[in-house]
Amino acid sequence: MYAFDYHRPQSLDEAARLLRERPEAKLLAGGHTLLPTLKQRLAQPSDLVDLGAIAELRGIREEGNGLTIGAATPHGEVETSELVRRLIPALAELAGEIGDPQVRNRGTLGGSIANNDPAADWPAGVVGCGAVVRTTRREIAADDFFTGMCETALEPDEIITAVHFPRPKRAGYAKFPNPASRYAVVGVFVAETDDGVRVAVTGAGPCVFRLTALEQALTADFTPNAVDGIEVDAAELNADIHASADYRAHLVKVMAKRAIQKALG
Amino acid sequence: MVEKGIGQPVPRKEDRRFVTGRGRYTDDINLPGQLHAVFVRSPHAHARIRRIDKDSVLGMPGVVAVLTGADAEADGIGPLICGWMIHSRDGSPMKMGTHRVLATDKVRYVGDRVACIVAETPHQARDAAEALVVEYEELEPVVDLATAHDAPARVHDDIPHNLCYDWELGDRAAVDEAFARAAKVVSLDLTNNRLVPNAMEPRAALAAYDPGKDEITLYLTSQNPHVHRLVMSAFNNIAPEHKLRVVAPDVGGGFGSKIFIYGEECVVAWAARRLGRPVKWREERSEAFLADAHGRDHLTHAEMAVDEDGRILALRVDTKANLGAYMSTFSSAIPTYLYAPLLSGQYRIPAIYARVRTYYTNTTPVDAYRGAGRPEACYVVETLVDAAARELGLDRAEIRRRNFIPKDAFPYETPVIMTYDSGDYATCLERALELADYAGFEQRRREAAARGKLRGIGIACYIEACGIAPSQAAISLGAGVGLWESAEVRFTHTGKVQVFTGTHTHGQGHETTFSQLVAEALGVPFEDVEVIHGDTAATPVGMGTYGSRSQAVGGEAILRACNKIIEKGKKIAAHLLEASDADIEFEAGTFRVKGTDRQKTIQEVAFAAYVPSSYPPDLEPGLEASAFFDPPNFTFPSGTYVCEVEVDPETGQVSVEKWVAVDDFGRVINPLIVEGQVHGGVVQGLGQALLEHAIYDRESGQLLTGSFMDYAMPRADHVPDFVVEFAPGSPSPSNSLGAKGAGEAGAIGAPPAIMNAIWDAIGVRVEMPATPERVWRALQSVRMPQAAE
Amino acid sequence: MPQVRMRVNGREVSGEVEPRTLLVEFLREHLGLTGTHVGCDTSQCGCCVVHVDGRSVKSCTLLAVQCDGAEVLTIEGLARNGELHPLQRAFHECHGLQCGFCTPGMIMSALELLQRNPSPSEGEVRAWLEGNLCRCTGYHNIVRAILRAAEEMREAPQPAA
Repeated sequence: MYAFDYHRPQSLDEAARLLRERPEAKLLAGGHTLLPTLKQRLAQPSDLVDLGAIAELRGIREEGNGLTIGAATPHGEVETSELVRRLIPALAELAGEIGDPQVRNRGTLGGSIANNDPAADWPAGVVGCGAVVRTTRREIAADDFFTGMCETALEPDEIITAVHFPRPKRAGYAKFPNPASRYAVVGVFVAETDDGVRVAVTGAGPCVFRLTALEQALTADFTPNAVDGIEVDAAELNADIHASADYRAHLVKVMAKRAIQKALG
Repeated sequence: MVEKGIGQPVPRKEDRRFVTGRGRYTDDINLPGQLHAVFVRSPHAHARIRRIDKDSVLGMPGVVAVLTGADAEADGIGPLICGWMIHSRDGSPMKMGTHRVLATDKVRYVGDRVACIVAETPHQARDAAEALVVEYEELEPVVDLATAHDAPARVHDDIPHNLCYDWELGDRAAVDEAFARAAKVVSLDLTNNRLVPNAMEPRAALAAYDPGKDEITLYLTSQNPHVHRLVMSAFNNIAPEHKLRVVAPDVGGGFGSKIFIYGEECVVAWAARRLGRPVKWREERSEAFLADAHGRDHLTHAEMAVDEDGRILALRVDTKANLGAYMSTFSSAIPTYLYAPLLSGQYRIPAIYARVRTYYTNTTPVDAYRGAGRPEACYVVETLVDAAARELGLDRAEIRRRNFIPKDAFPYETPVIMTYDSGDYATCLERALELADYAGFEQRRREAAARGKLRGIGIACYIEACGIAPSQAAISLGAGVGLWESAEVRFTHTGKVQVFTGTHTHGQGHETTFSQLVAEALGVPFEDVEVIHGDTAATPVGMGTYGSRSQAVGGEAILRACNKIIEKGKKIAAHLLEASDADIEFEAGTFRVKGTDRQKTIQEVAFAAYVPSSYPPDLEPGLEASAFFDPPNFTFPSGTYVCEVEVDPETGQVSVEKWVAVDDFGRVINPLIVEGQVHGGVVQGLGQALLEHAIYDRESGQLLTGSFMDYAMPRADHVPDFVVEFAPGSPSPSNSLGAKGAGEAGAIGAPPAIMNAIWDAIGVRVEMPATPERVWRALQSVRMPQAAE
Repeated sequence: MPQVRMRVNGREVSGEVEPRTLLVEFLREHLGLTGTHVGCDTSQCGCCVVHVDGRSVKSCTLLAVQCDGAEVLTIEGLARNGELHPLQRAFHECHGLQCGFCTPGMIMSALELLQRNPSPSEGEVRAWLEGNLCRCTGYHNIVRAILRAAEEMREAPQPAA
């Protein structure tokens, strides 16, 4: 790790001010992507701004017809929350599949989506539910938030405060984990929402994406059979030592079926 | 029966310190004034070093020294060696590329040591290691084993075709003749995947130089501290052997990777003397992936000739083995004498011929990893046997029965220089089939099919050779050292016993099993025995722990030392009891005049030996004895593993559902510990079969699986509950305990058992590791109908 | 350099650390608590698991400064008055360890499982151990040990660790 200065602001205003004053600063949430990156000396921030002391960033509450989850809420709290299990159980399941128990005790929703790792689980849940990302400046629709590999719509001094998930009528998440890292080789989140069916795929491409062909098919027939008629174009997908693009394309369909099955209960 | 004696499942003595966080591993030790070393490693697989600019870092905060290969040469530090000479078929000696502690001319793999930064803190050393300017001229790397022979580049400029040796074993003409008259010939191309050992404790070293005594003390992660001392003194010129103390304290697993004498430990010891301050080095895990010797990595073409009844007539094997960029300490012996002599498996095979070529490539050196040669042999034999059964339409258990060496045929001489000591293969197989409900398998296959899963069952019957022996034979085949073991057993005034062993325990539980041995042999309480190991200043010269040798070789040395103590104790007791030596008998800790109740406990005798108020006039005081044991032969444990897998045809995911192991380890000293050895070995074998694979980029020679993020290690949820049973056992005649090695069996027998089960499940053979994608592709290739339909 | 204060194994401790100091470095190098080990650099192996404010965490993926004011429990703090915790005893009795290097992290991880779920099934134990690698035992006896400790703790509940 390179040396850096450490700050533990007590408020969002203070955190945002630190970010403005120190352009090379980085936010530290759960740290479970950032600290391994720093240990490998793959990044050299001048300052770390720890969000851990800002109480308003944490917590899960029912809001309108849905759930609002504070950005600094660890995955493990989502996984075990009775509220989440009652309102959107697929999100509890998704959170429970992230990393391992110790990672889930520290890693946070906000940290995960701000980092937007192509194989992370949360982007699938956020896009799949058609959630809204709330920041210190504005609200960003999920479809506009994830803009590319490890890139988001966030401005440099903008901080995610919470994510609001409208409650889908039914939803399911199925993941094929990488046996080493436990990130998703492919993860598919399927939801039937008030605004229609949404299918979000993580792990397979450079960034989470929606599988619109399947959304249309599911609108007509919300069963696993809907998957059979669609094509997944391998040319758009990742290929690495863990899975070729055409295997990933195949897995997208298999995981989609399983996610639909779970949504059907 | 002695309490906590031989044969009992005694929980381990060593556990208390480990479960309370009081273990003492090398990295837990710190010395006042210590400096920290970080190695600058090559980012290229193959490059010429043009310039190392020390000035680029010498002024940085905390930097004390930048050491290079030129400095090492100037100080007379010698290159690393390979301790086993192999001769090619044409009689020429193997071609050894020079392996320096720090590279001078070229770097030959990603991770090769270029320089060592020594600084006041680890952070400062790391900062400087990153800043050091090294100019390279990149060269084309040799990455692929299959094409290394004809590669345009040479790893070592003076070694043509990158060929280290071209070796053979067996009677080629007899094999050719048997193939000519065979009813069937099966042939296979097999890949034995490259593995990274990944002991949980990364390597570490801490050296201190005492100018008053002109002596270096080196703490390090070693399976064999005396071998480290010998080689570092005799070849690397670190210090004269009597001025180098090597201490291997608690060591967090080895699996072979901590046998070897690497450059890092040499540099740390040399730096401590050169700088006059203690120097510490601790490997990062990502560094371990590059720097610790890898295992396996064979390409084999294998053929088996059988008659119409499925009896094996001959075996012909042609193997290319990857050495990596340099020869490691024992790397020449692994694909030769620890591989080809095991190709007879458990079977009576009249003729066997093996040819082995080893190649240099621009990859991490390859050496012994749990099993070391024997898993590769077992995989070849057990895959061929399954192939032959399929070819002939024979049941896979039946073909094995037909070919087993019968239990009355021991000692059995194979056509590949081994003489098996004892065995009862059929009993292990039948018991394993019974425990696995082999007969009921088709029902389970149908049930699985109804759930949409493809279920398969696999059998592997393994043979292992443990404790390379005898020394004279090993030396005649090229070994540079003897392979005996030593022990010293010492009574104290108060009747306690210290056992000094030349073996090293790093998970095997020697402190417990050796205490059991001594408790049984001397009749002292188990708790009164302390086992001391791992310090060249404390223990007799010993060869260490590897190759499943410690009980059969080291344990026997301890027993022999105990016997000497008893003989001397009889003389002391005779004097105390006013009887003649010949009238004294010893049993359960008591010397007694035969046929009387006149007796002395061994503790009373020990006290008399140290406080000789009444003592035989011609006898030395004291009660201790040492012994060396050089066994007449290897020990040959064997067993059968039966594995059931289920394959998800949609994803290709394999899950191991059921595991039965029946092992014959001869006489088992502590079944709790030996079962644990089987569990651990099997899971390493499972890792090889399903998950683990060190993959290099074919163009650049970069290791693509360089961390636990990309190299899949077996975890608790990859593994089923095991059924492990010991066969009644065929004691080894090679030691008085009748013990056989048990440390590597699991890693040897597991891969073919799993792979044969997958073959059975999906109807087509896949290579290791059987990743979901490979299995899925194999299923696509046979256009298997979905099991659910 | 920042000053950190925390309670480690019930004892108030403090020290000046560089911000880049990891919790595990603070424990091992500043406090001499070397029972917590470092087995990897990618937060996978779990050799470094300790409890922070009652939750198991990987102390290699946490800065010491983040733990200012926290309550930390390490393997050294688990036994009380020389008496082993049921998990420690069960690992011993079931031969749930060989080289011992992963053991402190395994035990500290299992401790949180049993605090959350006093009666886990074998499958739940295996799933929970996702974040802990062991190269020696094949996990079989680790799983047995945790199940045995769970049974013992149900029969004789422990004071909160």
